[in-house]
Amino acid sequence: MKKETAKTLRAFLIELVIYAVLVVGYFFLVLHFLGEGLQQLEQNHRYSYAVVAILLMIGQAVVLQNVTTVLLRLIRRRAE
Amino acid sequence: MFFPISGAHISPIYLVIVGFVIGILGGFFGVGGSFIAGPALRAVGLDWNFAIGTDLAHIVGKSVVAVRQHRAFGNVDLKLGLIMAVGTIGGAEVGAQLIQMLKRAGNVNFVVSIVSITVYLGISTFMLWESRKTLTAQKSRERRGVVKGKTAKHDESAFEHVTHAIHRLRLWPMVALPTSGVKAISLWVILLVAFVGGLFSGFLGGGAGYIRMPSMVYVLGIPTHLAVGTDLFEIIISASYGTFTHAVKGNVDILIALVMHTGAAIGAQIGAISTQYFTGPKIRLAFVPLPLIGAAIVIYTLMTGHKL
Repeated sequence: MKKETAKTLRAFLIELVIYAVLVVGYFFLVLHFLGEGLQQLEQNHRYSYAVVAILLMIGQAVVLQNVTTVLLRLIRRRAE
Repeated sequence: MFFPISGAHISPIYLVIVGFVIGILGGFFGVGGSFIAGPALRAVGLDWNFAIGTDLAHIVGKSVVAVRQHRAFGNVDLKLGLIMAVGTIGGAEVGAQLIQMLKRAGNVNFVVSIVSITVYLGISTFMLWESRKTLTAQKSRERRGVVKGKTAKHDESAFEHVTHAIHRLRLWPMVALPTSGVKAISLWVILLVAFVGGLFSGFLGGGAGYIRMPSMVYVLGIPTHLAVGTDLFEIIISASYGTFTHAVKGNVDILIALVMHTGAAIGAQIGAISTQYFTGPKIRLAFVPLPLIGAAIVIYTLMTGHKL
């Protein structure tokens, strides 16, 4: 049981490191390019901005969860 | 990092860490965490209107992650969540109107502060009493060898007699909630619980999970794990509605919310998975400090005049 917990914890820590690298890349690439467009939308088309904001949030949630699930599965498979 | 929509300079690392902490709390307790996120965004210079709207947007994303995780564990009652969403949105509108009335009367800050302190302290005291009483009764039965094969999701409460009395109310139409193990309960009771949660959400701000989660357990008789998952599902709907209305008013910086959410996505999964290792009363006992933190923040604001 303890061995299993240690394995899970190690896999999680590796996942965190990979996730952190991906997130930093995401900040500089995606958000940098999105920033200006979203600002324009917020200033000129508030209703569209509101819809896009919610869709972006839900989309990111689904993508990030899938990324973390795949990462954890891959790391665990390699560890076994 | 510069965020052009709100014109704020905020460290992305700070946002990720705040998101991570709130994600864990949200995934574990089924709350939005706005009592931490609001002051945390305010502390780095974001205006209150942006702090509230942006926090709501971030809550949507965090709740989506936590709900997907809870759903995998069978902890979400979709039917109950959808019914509650109707009552919550109605209550939130009435709460917002009450705020407008108090604003016109000129005593909004004092009234809201006193109501919130009373509610927060009341919830904490009651949950402390109930969860301790339930845990003591469980331990005593375990010592006598009465309880066997107990699982994490097996739930009991020292307040069960009141919950059963509420279930016996035959106020048509009656609704069955098979996922939550409730054979029949009046639709009006569910709507009333959701309405009160929404009322506090509109009146005090945030998602009001600190009221909705306990009332789902004690009034509706929903097992704690399902209450956490279903509350989060309901929060997706009500927070999306809140995000939309705030975004239209120019109170949402979605870029800040997206950065915060990268931390919350991991935190929410950890929180949701952690619930599987705790029994209902233990989750409720661990919940006790949360409303107290909210009360402490309001008392600080009331005494110093500075909003955190």
